[in-house]
Amino acid sequence: MRYAIGIDIGSTCAKTVVMDETGGIVRRMLQPTGWSSVDTAEAIRAELFREGVSMEDSRCVATGYGRVSVPYADRCVTEITCHGRGACRIFGTDELLIIDIGGQDTKLIAVEDGMVKDFVMNDKCSAGTGRFLEIMANTLSLRPAELCELAAGGGSTSISSMCTVFAESEVISLIGRGEKRENIAFAVVDSIVKKVVSQASRIQSDAKTVCLTGGLCEFDYLLQTLSQQLGRRVVSGPDARYAGAIGAALAARKLLS
Amino acid sequence: MYDLPEQFSAFGEARQKGFLTVKSVKEAGGMVAGVFCTFTPLEILDAAGFLPVSLCGMSDEVIPAAEAHLPRNLCPLIKSSYGFAVSQKCPYTYFADLIVGETTCDGKKKMYELLGKLKRTYILHLPQGEDPNALESWTKELRRFIAYLEDTFSLRITDEALREAAHMRNRERQKRMRLMELMKLDPPPMRGEQLASVLDGAGFLFEAASREAKLDSLAEEVSTQYVAGERPVSASDKRILVTGCPIGGVLKKAVGLIERSGGTAVCFENCSGIKAAWQMVDADAPDIVRAIAARYLEIGCAVMTPNAKRFALLERLVDEYRIDGVVEVELQFCTPYLIEAHPVREWARGRELPYLGLETDYSQSDAGQLSTRLEAFLERL
Ligand code: SF4
Ligand code: SF4
Repeated sequence: MRYAIGIDIGSTCAKTVVMDETGGIVRRMLQPTGWSSVDTAEAIRAELFREGVSMEDSRCVATGYGRVSVPYADRCVTEITCHGRGACRIFGTDELLIIDIGGQDTKLIAVEDGMVKDFVMNDKCSAGTGRFLEIMANTLSLRPAELCELAAGGGSTSISSMCTVFAESEVISLIGRGEKRENIAFAVVDSIVKKVVSQASRIQSDAKTVCLTGGLCEFDYLLQTLSQQLGRRVVSGPDARYAGAIGAALAARKLLS
Repeated sequence: MYDLPEQFSAFGEARQKGFLTVKSVKEAGGMVAGVFCTFTPLEILDAAGFLPVSLCGMSDEVIPAAEAHLPRNLCPLIKSSYGFAVSQKCPYTYFADLIVGETTCDGKKKMYELLGKLKRTYILHLPQGEDPNALESWTKELRRFIAYLEDTFSLRITDEALREAAHMRNRERQKRMRLMELMKLDPPPMRGEQLASVLDGAGFLFEAASREAKLDSLAEEVSTQYVAGERPVSASDKRILVTGCPIGGVLKKAVGLIERSGGTAVCFENCSGIKAAWQMVDADAPDIVRAIAARYLEIGCAVMTPNAKRFALLERLVDEYRIDGVVEVELQFCTPYLIEAHPVREWARGRELPYLGLETDYSQSDAGQLSTRLEAFLERL
């Protein structure tokens, strides 16, 4: 059997999607990237081999920041292009505004006619990224998902600093002041959303569908506040965290024919 | 592999080798003027017998030294330039008898004040935009500069010398333009990174006649090889217009990345590119000082308000060089260009031209991020 394999090596997680020749998804895999993308890529190959997916007959496209560390990939394509293609398939439209909150960076991608029309990406700083949420959750001794759930019941507090380091000390001083945990959680989510909204103002898209991809896509409360503050309904789904890998697999499928 | 090693390396090495020339000029009693900006009226320095040398800092190695006096959140070009002066690591700065600065952006203006404590520095008061008095006041300012040079260094700057200098600089500009215009060919006959290093390096070939000869012979050679069928750049490469801040310090990083990701920088609108070369001085005008002043005021830089001239130039270049996409290189904390990036983006949108703004500095820490952005941008074209 010939397969189209898409591998998205992100800063925290590696996502793999295997498609058959008809484009149907036959396998999804998720694993932590760890400290070496090369080792992760090797582990993925071994796992796929065990399951009867051999690289020889298949085509593989790698994406994500570790894309160059996949020696057996036939091609590398950036995560921006892959997210665009993948999200079109997941949400069944080719007019989209994609919000991808990744571990290391947050990007907004405007797609028209199935093609990336424009994109913005945060610069070096980690404000508004998955990493930011993770650090704040750690400070509160919570898991990111728990933080988001708690946040739903909070309010009336805010973090003014966009910088992760300063924001962390703000959170610590809020804890010290005896602020309720849900209020602090609320402030953390609010800060991420504000950052995303400000990035969104730098990109033009009238697309009807706004979707959230990346590791935080299953956090309902985040979706809800994001929708509220953007003034547009933001949708997501379980496959959304695989958007990059699905886009890569679609590109690999083209190489099959 | 098609390559013109000798011709190109003459320019690539010019910066390193040039200081020997400068040293011998000094030993023979000549004088050196350090300059930083495209607005510096070179003809006046030429006519005064000074050797103008660009002191723009292009590397981050001296930035820590600069940060002992300057804030961290300042454009790397300013920090690097100052860093070379304080740390005495740049032979050109060391040899300079005079530093000439202009009132361009705030960062440079204030940096020159500090530089003035280390070196004799003269500041030209450049008008800040298209006001009706600009030409009048800039002409006066240039006359004042001429008088200053004459008094301070006991010399005479004649109209004849100014005209001669204007002819010489015009010739150089034409030769630079000729080389740049070769990039209108599709596919282009050389890589943008090669072109940019020639344009930068030419400023460090201090002897006018040999500089002109080298520019000519390179253009000649490149054309001959092209006619003979050499195609060093793939026809599928996207044709990129580079605009924004001076890029000397981020050439490898930004332009190198463009050219490794499926694009070729066919046109540099920036300083040291088209912006600095396309306008000539009317060397036969009745008032030569006024003619020089007028020519420099035509430069479309973001320090000017408003800066319609830049947009007029961009508009033309897009057609002439059949541009597929615009990449704007912005140095971190460069207020004028970062603000003007918005109208540039809007302009590109209006022309349905893909646009990418890259904010960067002289470090390597964002190379990965930049490459993702550039690759994605080029995938999209
Ligand atoms: S960008 Fe403007 S201020 Fe800077 S060197 Fe060029 S002309 Fe001068
Ligand atoms: S790049 Fe910008 S901030 Fe830096 S010297 Fe030039 S105009 Fe000033």
